[in-house]
Amino acid sequence: MKLQAMLGLINATPITVDDPYIVYREHYYVSCTDLMSDALAMICTNPAQTVLLTGLANGQALRTAEMMDINVIILCRNKTLGVENIELATSMEMNVFTTPLPMFDAVGILYKEGLKTATRHVD
Amino acid sequence: MLIKTYELTADDFTQAGSISSDIRKIAKGYGMSQETIRRVAVACYEAEINMIIHSHGGQIELSIDDEWFNIAFKDVGPGIENIELAMKPGWSTADVVAQNMGFGAGLGLPNIKKNSDTFNLFSDPNGTLLQLGFKRKDTL
Repeated sequence: MKLQAMLGLINATPITVDDPYIVYREHYYVSCTDLMSDALAMICTNPAQTVLLTGLANGQALRTAEMMDINVIILCRNKTLGVENIELATSMEMNVFTTPLPMFDAVGILYKEGLKTATRHVD
Repeated sequence: MLIKTYELTADDFTQAGSISSDIRKIAKGYGMSQETIRRVAVACYEAEINMIIHSHGGQIELSIDDEWFNIAFKDVGPGIENIELAMKPGWSTADVVAQNMGFGAGLGLPNIKKNSDTFNLFSDPNGTLLQLGFKRKDTL
């Protein structure tokens, strides 16, 4: 699914966009968590086609995505980034969006539309 | 060969991850595979966060030779009281500040070990030394 379609499904709007063509790229996977340790503890099968969906609107969410080679983040419940973190996101070439939906609703909609989990636990 | 030494300040979450980000870029510059770079970045980031949360500050040293990409995390006190417990997933002494940052769930050390090719951890009340090694074999 093109990112543009995904964003439309959950009424997400941009906070900072590094790549203006990112919305035309296909994304099939979602990593969904507020716990960054949990995201880091899993293997992301295809980071270039993955979105990190989180309610954690801080620099550590940005850093976690960076370490996992993910460059699209969607923040839940209308959360946004402060000026410093927008600058940090820009320096990382990160694309960050926000949706008014709570995480459960956003994930439910995306799951229903065929998006898959991005991560699997590794023992 | 020692490539770079970084100074880390305790409790400074504003800079948390900046050292790991730099090391990740260096790993990319050495032509390591995307998978190895990701393992380096994740392990390094978790270790950096651990130092910020638990230590009184310290140093991170990056050294690289023909076969290995090595990172040493050296901090000043209070040390890990029980390493065996600290290695158990879910066990943590992190406070609410760390949890608000998305960490402190007791997954850090097990995740670091899982992502590194060599893992050595030494600790006493004066501080902790964590040595991680990553094979560069895919670039040889």
